[in-house]
Amino acid sequence: MAQRGSSAWFLTAVLLALALVAPFVLYPVFLMEALAFALFACAFNLLIGYVGLLSFGHAAFFGSASYITAHTVKVWGLPPELGILAGVAAAALLGTVFGWLAIRRQGIYFAMITLALAQMVYFVALQAPFTGGEDGIQAVPRGRLFGVIDLNDTLTMYYFVLSVFLLGFAVIVRTINSPFGQVIKAIRENEPRAVSLGYHADHYKLLVFILSASLSGLAGSLKSLVFQLASLTDVEWTMSGWVVLMTLVGGLGTMLGPVVGAFFLVAMQHYLAQLGSWVTVVQGIIFVVCVLVFRRGIVGTIAFYAAPPRDVPIGEKPTKVGSAAARGTP
Amino acid sequence: MFGWLHLTIPPAPALFAQLLVGLINGAFYAMLSLGLAVIFGLLNIINFAHGAQYMLGAFCSWFLLNALGIGYWPALILAPLIVGVVGVVIERLFLRHIYRLDPLYGLLLTFGLALIIEGVFRQEYGSSGQPYQIPPELLGGRNLGFMFLPNYRAWVILASLAVCLATWFTIERTRLGAYLRAATENPALVQAFGINVPRMVTLTYGVGVALAALAGVMAAPIYQVSPLMGTNIIIVVFAVVVIGGMGSISGAIVSGFALGLIEGMTKVVYPEASNTVIFVIMALVLLVKPAGIFGQVR
Repeated sequence: MAQRGSSAWFLTAVLLALALVAPFVLYPVFLMEALAFALFACAFNLLIGYVGLLSFGHAAFFGSASYITAHTVKVWGLPPELGILAGVAAAALLGTVFGWLAIRRQGIYFAMITLALAQMVYFVALQAPFTGGEDGIQAVPRGRLFGVIDLNDTLTMYYFVLSVFLLGFAVIVRTINSPFGQVIKAIRENEPRAVSLGYHADHYKLLVFILSASLSGLAGSLKSLVFQLASLTDVEWTMSGWVVLMTLVGGLGTMLGPVVGAFFLVAMQHYLAQLGSWVTVVQGIIFVVCVLVFRRGIVGTIAFYAAPPRDVPIGEKPTKVGSAAARGTP
Repeated sequence: MFGWLHLTIPPAPALFAQLLVGLINGAFYAMLSLGLAVIFGLLNIINFAHGAQYMLGAFCSWFLLNALGIGYWPALILAPLIVGVVGVVIERLFLRHIYRLDPLYGLLLTFGLALIIEGVFRQEYGSSGQPYQIPPELLGGRNLGFMFLPNYRAWVILASLAVCLATWFTIERTRLGAYLRAATENPALVQAFGINVPRMVTLTYGVGVALAALAGVMAAPIYQVSPLMGTNIIIVVFAVVVIGGMGSISGAIVSGFALGLIEGMTKVVYPEASNTVIFVIMALVLLVKPAGIFGQVR
């Protein structure tokens, strides 16, 4: 265990160092976009990877926070930190209502319900006066953080985005490694048993749902400040599919998988941008390939071969989304 | 305070016209949720590609007309056959590999397939729609005294009702349907009785897909034939399925028509909410009866 612990710290240090020098090597806007989506995917993964609930409506939280932040910062003139807080609060509120409704059903019904509820948010965004319809909210000012730090400087903005991402990521790691995290994993593996031990499964599911929605909102708020734009793309069902794909490619239920998946797919989208609708086709192909032959995802596969789990026979196919067998590590 | 809620009663012809539109939409919701329910019953997969296959049906009839000069009536048979064969190929190539897995993987896989199909068509035809003419036999309409009923719309309602009833009859009242229902309960036992369950699964998927394509052909003259027509409708149909519950075939039919009508009514009373009313009803049903109106808790 000591060895695993030290190698984890080593990996963390290397990744942090890479993140600090990255904007001098790579295009900073690309990095910021990837970080925002990485946070979004990590938030989504909290639900599918650790509770086993597949939400097909996370665009609702991402997009509504994006709109609220853009509106409060641009029209009300709030500083960016309050704009982000407003966005997260809106996403949390929406998450409370949607979660409360959706956890009444499981599995595919849960997926269909979240998709339908998110579509409702899409139509509201399409018709509400403050969202600007097809144009969205453009030219959102980044402003000064705490009234001091000017976020219009790209490098400053990058480090701000990185800090927020790390904060969000830390919250997720802390949640998963807490007693609370153990209970939600127990619910995923065997809900009736967790209930028989006296845990209110629905209560736990709802809390994780709200946390996941809030962090998705945080990602959406960041995104609207980075691109200075909130648009219908943020609330569309394609965005919900996009975050599912990022998590699936990286590895469902792995800590770093969503981050890797987000960087991989955002990079892919940048290279394929001139291909038009073929990007959708490529996305579809990746979905099909991942489900058929690559269910562990990139990080899940690495973890599986680096440390084959003892409780699952090697070569056994993962059958349950986000289960121990699918994750590869115990 | 409720000034924005213009609840004035509209003139009767406008009311009936919107109800007719609602009934037409309901016919398509019913046919699509029926296909979803049939597929889900045996394959335990929510077919996300159902909307894309509905779009394929519409495009198929459009191709038949514009490339081969084959009109509406043959297309009504040919397009579902062609798209149904595509469905059989999809089942053989992809779906049969994931039956042992969590049903969520089926949703993800068919979502990927839907993206592929729609992406290809969007690349070819953009987002705009292609017109498809109403067959000459059904042009015009009749005056019912209280409203004007276009012949084609009357045909769509009657034909979809007939298709729904025929599907219900096949599944609930014939020997083949009995095999199907038995295989839904216990495939291993049905196989032991000498019935080729894998082939039945393949054909069921093919028939479900053909139903979607048939709806697509019937929709072609009403809506424009566009690559996006499928996703727009499939999310609503998912809500219909959640409301009705996937347990019964008749439930899918009844809730499809009923929700179409409610949507039409909303267009009269409060048009701004017509896009979202079905989702609101879904939320209400989840509060009162989480398993759906006709569903059993699974």
